[in-house]
Amino acid sequence: MRTIFYLVQKETLQVLRDRVMLFQIIMIPVVQLLLVTSAATFEVRQADVQFVDNDHSQASRRVSEAFAASERFSITEHSSSAENASRSLQAGQVDLTLHVPAGFDRELNRGEQPAVRLVVSGEKASAGVIQSYAQQILQGVAADLGAEQSPQLQSTAPAKRAQLDVGARLWYNVTLEYDDFMAPGILTILVTIIGTLLTAQNIAREKEIGTIEQLNVTPLTKGEFIVGKLLPFWALGLLEFAVGLGIAWLAFDIPFEGSLFLLFGVAGIYLTSALGIGLWISASVDTQQQAMFVTYFVLVLYLFMSGLFTPVTSMPAWAEWFAELSPLKHFIEVVRGVLMKGAGPMEIWQPTAILLAYGILILTVAVRQYSKTKA
Amino acid sequence: MMNAFFGLIRKEVYHILRDRRTLTVLLLMPLVQVLLFGYAIRTDVEDIRLALVTPSPDAETHRLKATLEGSDRFHVTRLLRSTDQLESLFQQGAIDQALVVESDFASALRAPSGAGVLLITDAMNPNIGRIRQDYAQALLGDYEQSLNTSAGGIPFRIETRARYNPTLESAYFFVPGLLAFVLTIVSALMTALSIAREKETGTMETMLVSPLQQWQVVSGKVVPYVVVGFANAVTVLGVAYSVFDVPLRGSLGLLLGESLLFVLVCLSLGIFISTRTDSQRTAMMGTLVGLMLPTTLLSGMIFPISSMPDWLQPVTHVVPAKWFVHIIREILLKGAGLDLLGLETLVLVGMAGVFLGASTLSFNVRLE
Repeated sequence: MRTIFYLVQKETLQVLRDRVMLFQIIMIPVVQLLLVTSAATFEVRQADVQFVDNDHSQASRRVSEAFAASERFSITEHSSSAENASRSLQAGQVDLTLHVPAGFDRELNRGEQPAVRLVVSGEKASAGVIQSYAQQILQGVAADLGAEQSPQLQSTAPAKRAQLDVGARLWYNVTLEYDDFMAPGILTILVTIIGTLLTAQNIAREKEIGTIEQLNVTPLTKGEFIVGKLLPFWALGLLEFAVGLGIAWLAFDIPFEGSLFLLFGVAGIYLTSALGIGLWISASVDTQQQAMFVTYFVLVLYLFMSGLFTPVTSMPAWAEWFAELSPLKHFIEVVRGVLMKGAGPMEIWQPTAILLAYGILILTVAVRQYSKTKA
Repeated sequence: MMNAFFGLIRKEVYHILRDRRTLTVLLLMPLVQVLLFGYAIRTDVEDIRLALVTPSPDAETHRLKATLEGSDRFHVTRLLRSTDQLESLFQQGAIDQALVVESDFASALRAPSGAGVLLITDAMNPNIGRIRQDYAQALLGDYEQSLNTSAGGIPFRIETRARYNPTLESAYFFVPGLLAFVLTIVSALMTALSIAREKETGTMETMLVSPLQQWQVVSGKVVPYVVVGFANAVTVLGVAYSVFDVPLRGSLGLLLGESLLFVLVCLSLGIFISTRTDSQRTAMMGTLVGLMLPTTLLSGMIFPISSMPDWLQPVTHVVPAKWFVHIIREILLKGAGLDLLGLETLVLVGMAGVFLGASTLSFNVRLE
């Protein structure tokens, strides 16, 4: 056991003495957490609307007023030709075009159900959100107009209509804050990127500069060697995770619904598998360059297939299955579940068990991969 | 002098060609990534798992359940009698939505106040949460209509269309962004280690005593990789076009030209990182830690820049991928020409100049 301690001491000193790397490990994640979290939002703050009015009636004014009154939309252009509208949309000057055709008011009064045309520019990921907001506003106008007309038009309708009174609740993120959702996820991927990179280049570097020979002739067993390499980065990862949570709490006021004790317990298990993958890569390659390319590949898989930015459930079935292999996917589930939903041990035992299994499997493979006779 | 320069380029080309394994990885990796993530990165809301809570199941709640299941989006995965378990199911992530129906639903429907139903949506992810709620409310509206056979109710219809991407297909937004991401990182990685490696292995000494000028060493390291980077650009564009059906509405020549320029920017960025670091370890950390998240989040590839807070939007200007994401989407989806993309192109040219210039200046001819 004493021998492990010396290896841990050596690794710690090596990290602490490299000023440039220390800066990279500490400053880059903090800056990125603060900067990049605010970028991860689909929220539509202000959409510019072009209003094409070919009717110039009371009804068309009702529509334009409803949009002007909403905080999310501002009518930046008025036009009377649909052709102009198409051009502004292409040039990206407006996000959507609202078209009230001629005769709208007249048909409305006759109960002919005329159409309002809504054209959104579909080249942005927020197009769906813009469309849904605009439809909501129009439905509001329709409901108002309908209520006003009902005395004349619906007098013949049966008195006893079946009615549904729908109450809608949004749970776990009532104010629909993106920061609450993204900050824990971004923190997790940052800790993962740094931990995996540090471990992945570690053994490869010793191989490249030849110092691995010295370690090979020490009495350290293969298991002790891997554990000794893992421990300092494991502690560093937990420390970074804790500091990051503190920063996210101060800067973004993220919720802490569940138990932190539970969260850190699972984080410890998760880091074992994430760093284990790094060591496994490091033990199997010959040069730092190879280690870097393999690590990059693993990290992008984490980045895009763990439900970090886009949900796993939106992926095609085969990709969803593939995402199960990512330890990060399970850990992010736990982090968000515990922080935002207040999930307890009974709710997260399944992803935790998977993480534990991955950790044991990966460490075993890493120990077997490392060979003391092949330098 | 020029002889020495060509000598250096020849040396670099041999380096690339003789390491077959790395070359294969370099050429295949972008292709595999675009194929994989082009399918994986999407925000379509499908397969909503819904729990239907009804204290007294009757024929009418069955009809409601059938309506929900009739739409492809909803799957009623749980039928519960009470709301006791709901919280735990949401916390486990076993359900996305719950619909709680009043007891004695059928007769409540005909009562003057109407039947009360409560729709609970997991909105942890705000975007997805809202869309799920919209879908469910629309479906419940249809269901209510179907109960009342008499027409009327809606005074006007809303016709909605999406230009440039009629079906709001996720691949259309995300694949062009993905191209920018993959080209950025792979290109920067190719050159980031090159000078750091020579420093670490000691071969830098040989280079320093040669008659090569600083700028020649820097550009000699970049030029050979331009070919590899451009090959990457061509293959990933091919995948976008043939596999994901991303349209090419603009000029192919312009598209390839801009891609070449962008590859050059990223290679220059890589060489800049390389001249500023002493070891492969710090070069690698700098490239991956420094580029992965900013390129993903500040380029507009997934999250629109117009949604970001005002103080953050100017920060995105320094991200090279931001300009390329814009250029490539304009060319592919809207058929824009160089006249509309002049500013963006100039910015990229400027960036390549700054990175190459700064690398030449910070390239130290003396070893410490």
